[in-house]
Amino acid sequence: MATTSPGDVNRARHTSSALILTIACAALSACAGHAPRILPPEPGPAVSTSTNTSGMTETHGPVPGSQGDFQATLMGHDVIYFDTDKYNISSEDSSALQSQAQWLMRYPAKHATLEGHSDERGTRDYNLALGERRANAAKVYLQSLGIDGARLTTISYGKERPVALGSNEEAWAKNRRAVTVVVN
Amino acid sequence: MKALFLPILLFSATSSLAQQATPAPSAGSADQGGLSVTVTDDSAWRDLGIDIPAFPTDSDKPTTANVGGSAALGANVGGATALGANVGGATAAGATAGGTAALGRAIAEVITADLKNNGLFKPIGPESLPPVPFDQAAAPDFGIWRARGAEMLVHGAVVGGADGQLNVGCGLYDVALKQQLVRTSLIISPADWRRAAHKCADTIYARLSGESPFFDSRIAYIAETGPKDHRMKRLAIMDSDGANHRFITTGQAMALTPRYSPDYRSIVYLSYLDNQPRIYIYDIDANHQRLLTATHSPTFAPRWSPDGKWILFSKAQAGNTDIFRIPVAGGSATQLTDTPGINIGGSYSPDGRHIVFESDRSGSQQVYVMDADGTSQRRISFFGGRAATPEWSPRGDLIAFTHIAGNLRVAVMTPEGAGMRYLTDSWQDEAPTWAPNGRIVQFFRTDKGTGHTALWQVDLTGRHERRLPTPVDASDPSWGPVRP
Repeated sequence: MATTSPGDVNRARHTSSALILTIACAALSACAGHAPRILPPEPGPAVSTSTNTSGMTETHGPVPGSQGDFQATLMGHDVIYFDTDKYNISSEDSSALQSQAQWLMRYPAKHATLEGHSDERGTRDYNLALGERRANAAKVYLQSLGIDGARLTTISYGKERPVALGSNEEAWAKNRRAVTVVVN
Repeated sequence: MKALFLPILLFSATSSLAQQATPAPSAGSADQGGLSVTVTDDSAWRDLGIDIPAFPTDSDKPTTANVGGSAALGANVGGATALGANVGGATAAGATAGGTAALGRAIAEVITADLKNNGLFKPIGPESLPPVPFDQAAAPDFGIWRARGAEMLVHGAVVGGADGQLNVGCGLYDVALKQQLVRTSLIISPADWRRAAHKCADTIYARLSGESPFFDSRIAYIAETGPKDHRMKRLAIMDSDGANHRFITTGQAMALTPRYSPDYRSIVYLSYLDNQPRIYIYDIDANHQRLLTATHSPTFAPRWSPDGKWILFSKAQAGNTDIFRIPVAGGSATQLTDTPGINIGGSYSPDGRHIVFESDRSGSQQVYVMDADGTSQRRISFFGGRAATPEWSPRGDLIAFTHIAGNLRVAVMTPEGAGMRYLTDSWQDEAPTWAPNGRIVQFFRTDKGTGHTALWQVDLTGRHERRLPTPVDASDPSWGPVRP
């Protein structure tokens, strides 16, 4: 269930509609205010950290335990999305994070970086802090699912690394995200 | 043709202008000092006609100055178009070998550009004016200039010394009163010839407006290239008019939010070196940088104290962000905020006693003021929307900030949070910083869709807005103080 932080007061309308939609979203695969859940794995160049997808080849498939394997397994759930100015973990986010945690449980030697991002509609400094807050929210949630915090690092790119390039609500929804990237 | 008409124009213009020209508009506002000038109605002196002919020289001596420097700069950075608007004038001067005659013309052009480009005055530069004989450099033939319709006149000279140094003098004259209003002279190395021009422009600006000077200053900013999802962001510096541009970092690690130290020796900024966003102090002369504080937590939004002894920074830990203060030389950091949420930024009042900063402790970004030791924290922005990136004016009278209500716009308010008014109206203007005299605000503007960024300046009336030429896209401008 989506939780409301003290910071959500002036977004009450937005949040309540999100709460209602959350219920519908349990059955449906996509909901307003969030980017579509069923996204193909991001192509290599669009991922902000230069991720290594070389583990994936046509003949053999991704190397087990690699970032390529992580992306192929998670099928888009390596990314979670946030509402404007928000960093709370919604029910959709939590199911994505549960999938991530399952994968991380399977490969206990692997570490992951959680990248926090914001959309472009804010000031640079604040968005750096907001991105950190989002990455941290994802980290805390994964820890609550039993992943050792020592395996997880966070980094914020603020609004500096968008994946959707438009200047519209749809693009902004895709950019307000936390991306989990498997590292060694 | 022009020569034939001149005598006729001369007489008709003389009589009418002689009557209009009393008293010199400059005298009143300047004598009363800058403090009494209202920012909404200071257009009187802005429309002042100022003739700035080329500065003559006693004899055309070669110098080591690179007058063609602006052209070379354009070639270096591949941005000749953008720069041409501002500094291309020197190229047009036909500046050849950097002799004192060419320098005299180039200096007059830089002064003209300074006064014109900031929307402050309506100067006429050397390209449209007759040459001045050297013996008139300090004793203008007022009849000629009065006939041309000039209200104000700038005369100066460039003299090459035996030691290779240049002696540049300049004076501002009231044509109708046949009176010298102010004069300055400077001995400089030829490489610094543009500074001589900026100093002269500063002297003229200060005398006419009653404000403190600001042209002889430098700007640090972030140069941006590449596609929106893979922007390369590099630290860069330049003169206040865009000349003497230099990239500091290579772009391997993303650089953001630079601030010049008050002594211009170093720049504090955010770098993603080692894939960790942390604050570094870059020593310009030594070409060396050091980590501000050893931490694995991200640190950002660095700001100098006015005396250059402290740096404010923000550090994120476990989702919270708080503001700290640390001695520049190193040592332990003092935490100034501790409320849950994002407390970030921070800008000292000019006396160093207070800090204005941004916090979302109330639920959205708003502007707060605290004492320099972190006590007496109180919110000052109460006008709806969000208020971010506050910067205290070096004059102390105003705080510039980014107001967010749909669009992002640059606005100002008093340190008590009163008198909020917008200076800009665009899709996304943010990160205002002040000119050293506290009369012009610089910020960056982002284009909707493309994400292109550029540096802009606006005066406190909000009416005179101009784009600052940079070789590539640009953001996070930060002005250093007037150079000594």
